[in-house]
Amino acid sequence: MGAGIIGAACARELALAGVSVTLLDRDGAAGATTAHGEGNILLSDKGPGPELRLAQLSRRLWPAMVTDSVPGDRAEWDTKGGIVVAATDEGARALTEFAAGQRAAGVRAEPLDPCALSAAEPHLTRDVTAAVHYPEDAQVQPAGAASVLMHAALRAGATLRTGCEVLGAVTWKERVTAIRTTEGVLEADLFVNAAGPWAGELSRRLGAPVDVRPRRGEILVTTPLPPTVFHKVYDADYVGAVGSDADELQASAVVESTRAGTVLLGSSRRAAGFDGRLRPEVLSVIAGRALRLFPCLSGVPVMRAYGGFRPYVTDHLPIIGADPRLDGLWHATGHEGAGIGLAPGTARLLTDLVTGRAPEVDAGPFRVDRPAVIPRGAE
Amino acid sequence: MTRHVVIVGAGPAGLAAATAAVRAGAQVTLLDAADQAGGQYHRMPLDTYETKRPRILERCDWWPGGAVWALERHDERRPPRVHVISGPDGGTRRRHVLEPDALVLAPGAHDRTLPFPGWELPGVFTAGAAQALAKGEGVAVGDRVLVAGSGPFLLPVAASLLAVGSHVTAVLEANPAATVLRGWTQSPWRLAAQAGKAAELAAYAALLARRRVPYRTGRAVIEARGDGRVEEAVTARLRADWSVVAGSERTTAVDALCVTHGFSPQLELPVAAGCALRDGFVLVDEDQATSSTGVYAAGEVTGIAGAPAARAEGVVAGWVAGGGSPARLRTVRRRRDEGRTFAVRLAAAHPIGRRWSGWLRPDTLVCRCEETDYGTLCRTADVSARAVRLATRAGLGPCQARICGPTLAELLDTNPHDRPIISPIRLGELANPPEEKESTP
Amino acid sequence: MRPIRISLDGDPLTGSDGQTIAGLLLAAGLRSWRRAPSGAPRGVFCGIGVCFDCLVTVNGVRDVRACRSRARDGDVVTTQSRAEAP
Ligand SMILES: Cc1cc2nc3c(=O)[nH]c(=O)nc-3n(C[C@H](O)[C@H](O)[C@H](O)COP(=O)(O)OP(=O)(O)OC[C@H]3O[C@@H](n4cnc5c(N)ncnc54)[C@H](O)[C@@H]3O)c2cc1C
Ligand SMILES: Cc1cc2nc3c(=O)[nH]c(=O)nc-3n(C[C@H](O)[C@H](O)[C@H](O)COP(=O)(O)OP(=O)(O)OC[C@H]3O[C@@H](n4cnc5c(N)ncnc54)[C@H](O)[C@@H]3O)c2cc1C
Ligand code: FES
Repeated sequence: MGAGIIGAACARELALAGVSVTLLDRDGAAGATTAHGEGNILLSDKGPGPELRLAQLSRRLWPAMVTDSVPGDRAEWDTKGGIVVAATDEGARALTEFAAGQRAAGVRAEPLDPCALSAAEPHLTRDVTAAVHYPEDAQVQPAGAASVLMHAALRAGATLRTGCEVLGAVTWKERVTAIRTTEGVLEADLFVNAAGPWAGELSRRLGAPVDVRPRRGEILVTTPLPPTVFHKVYDADYVGAVGSDADELQASAVVESTRAGTVLLGSSRRAAGFDGRLRPEVLSVIAGRALRLFPCLSGVPVMRAYGGFRPYVTDHLPIIGADPRLDGLWHATGHEGAGIGLAPGTARLLTDLVTGRAPEVDAGPFRVDRPAVIPRGAE
Repeated sequence: MTRHVVIVGAGPAGLAAATAAVRAGAQVTLLDAADQAGGQYHRMPLDTYETKRPRILERCDWWPGGAVWALERHDERRPPRVHVISGPDGGTRRRHVLEPDALVLAPGAHDRTLPFPGWELPGVFTAGAAQALAKGEGVAVGDRVLVAGSGPFLLPVAASLLAVGSHVTAVLEANPAATVLRGWTQSPWRLAAQAGKAAELAAYAALLARRRVPYRTGRAVIEARGDGRVEEAVTARLRADWSVVAGSERTTAVDALCVTHGFSPQLELPVAAGCALRDGFVLVDEDQATSSTGVYAAGEVTGIAGAPAARAEGVVAGWVAGGGSPARLRTVRRRRDEGRTFAVRLAAAHPIGRRWSGWLRPDTLVCRCEETDYGTLCRTADVSARAVRLATRAGLGPCQARICGPTLAELLDTNPHDRPIISPIRLGELANPPEEKESTP
Repeated sequence: MRPIRISLDGDPLTGSDGQTIAGLLLAAGLRSWRRAPSGAPRGVFCGIGVCFDCLVTVNGVRDVRACRSRARDGDVVTTQSRAEAP
């Protein structure tokens, strides 16, 4: 239920495991959150813990997924690597410590001296107190990657139904046996909620609510430029913003170029419900942060701004597993700002759990039955 | 307190709105991205303009070179905040924010040119480009020029080209004579009301006849050819549905080609203001009010009907936005309604035929900016329109689908007018906070 | 009108005050100056700031619409493509 990148990845993995799969969406495939964010596949922003382990699994799985594409599908897989920079002494200390922890957990995090930094990013500001290179960071064009995964699922026997909205569940003795949709009733043994930021709403319709909320993010797109930014470049605050709970606006600079030559400047994080109205002061803050890293972009025009709603859980971990309250209902959602990167690992873990194979990462931290996911009194 | 009315666009509609709003007692700020008032219709060289500046500019707060780059819907009970950058584009324009009591949107329209093989060659222009360069700067886009497409607008363009010394080889109207006649003669008793426009067109027709410029109906340019620039145009006869009659192709040597098949309203401002659309134009009521609180629309954004109709709409919009009583608008409303009738006729006489895409080839560019061709768009699989655009980059280049949007909307199911950044703003300009609110440059 | 001089990729061009950069280039006999991503030549298409085909770099500032900017005496105009450094 949901044909974003998570639904597409799960459909592919399940179909390859021999499960008969229907992938459905109320709109077209890969048109929602997956087409309104960026395609960073990052280890650099994750400290040691379950999300990093899922990210490392995903990073191992990605290359094989983007090669089996059909003509016209373009995932734009690019292993350009990331560079995180700090601008203050305090920031430098925090970054150095963070990177050391990551190295202990098996992440390649290589300090760059000023010389190496300016060779790697000649247009970057020289006002940098520390820089770390993450060669494993990669990038895809997310909607393209989702369609590559979806087409692989279809080739493995899955079927796609678009324009099909899930309205409710048909249950029998604590078990969901079918769903009611705008296209009629659909029966199955197992239903996966992959509705992204609408996963909360969908789960309420099905009678087993999980607490997934939208967290608004905006991105600026410049006109196409000759090559100027060569890696994904972040300021060290990015790491803080990802794990933060604050409702008010946060913006940390994430600067990257796309294959078309445009530079994407991200991104904001704020609680705004599903309100997608443009806020010029938010765009201003994003522009300011990006210019601190790349002052040379000051004269470059912004031609577009877009944004989406990251599906988030208050403990900042995705939900992957069976719903203990309703047999037959599973969830694969809540990936916040990392759903593109985490899609392959999520699909693999879900499939392992469904088919009874031993999972490659511990599924415990992602279980449905945790306080942040099932609000008290909702059982 | 006096009402503050902000008017975006100083074409016929915006200028009329400013005059009416001032007369209604409002304080008026009039903005235009261009440095001259007058819009597309009253375009003139800068020296002529110095002496012919519209007088209303002295009675309102006039911001030449003031481009609206964003509308911020901060409170649905009020019109949006208007975010402006002003000055010549060189990286140092200034930012201002206006908070009007009423907002009048009059951003006009631009040419709609359908793609055809070779339309990206230098020397292929929209008819509006030829018109703007001839009227605004006395520049001829070519020596041997073919004017083609659809609509009465082709006539003044040919006249302007003749005036700057071009040889116009022909004017081609794609619709067959029968379609044109049927459109213009339905409910003929109403034609009298648009006598002015009719006389203007008759004068152009007489001029073309005098200068021996052939006017042909049912014929279109289906290809432009040349090495690095246009050298010849291939024309062909069309049926009523714009399918090409095989074997009717002819080749003409030209050094410029001016092609326009109609007009696209500039809808990014109304869309950003949250205004509802109908049939591709802004939906307005009797008083030119849109569905968004305090937001009015006038001119070509509500329908393509020429400058007189745009002016009448501007008067109604400006007057009501300025707090004037709608009861006093009987005559001008009648003129406005006549204009709307004219728009209906125009659309009926010069439709775009359903089968126009028959002249496309797989390698014909649809998106000029990103060079996405027709074949690639046809091949795209079962994913959302947005995913198709991201994969093919169609409509994602610098023009942000202003040119290919209507075509993409036909081929894919997408909203071609959603452009929250209404006009490009440079990063340094964006990063700077706006100067004090309500200030003037 | 007062004559003005600008340069395009180093070559001097003359025009008159009040002309747009696009008008000046066309009047000087040029038809194209920008390169599309594939390298194909482009010049003016819409003439009114909508199509972004006419983009040039003016005094170091990229992506200026030539049809919408008045030429000023001494302007250093350079042509653009997506290949060279900013
Ligand atoms: C600004 C921004 C930047 C981001 N940057 C990155 C990044 O760099 N790297 C990264 O990894 N992630 C990033 N993300 C996060 C990433 O985009 C998301 O985590 C991911 O796209 C979520 O995918 P999804 O499939 O869960 O959701 P979606 O793509 O939203 O898919 C859910 C689908 O469910 C459908 N649906 C919903 N309700 C129903 C219903 N009742 N019936 C039927 N269908 C339904 C929807 O139509 C939708 O298609 C970013 C997000 C944003 C907003
Ligand atoms: C290139 C061109 C040439 C034309 N020439 C003729 C002609 O010679 N004869 C004829 O009968 N008809 C002509 N037309 C048709 C003509 O446009 C209409 O008849 C009439 O001008 C419409 O008036 P308007 O006020 O609705 O819009 P316009 O005259 O188009 O005025 C709209 C104004 O809004 C401004 N604007 C738009 N967006 C913004 C923004 N975001 N911020 C600030 N300002 C903005 C524009 O700069 C423009 O000046 C032409 C049309 C075009 C496109
Ligand atoms: S020619 Fe179209 S923007 Fe200048």
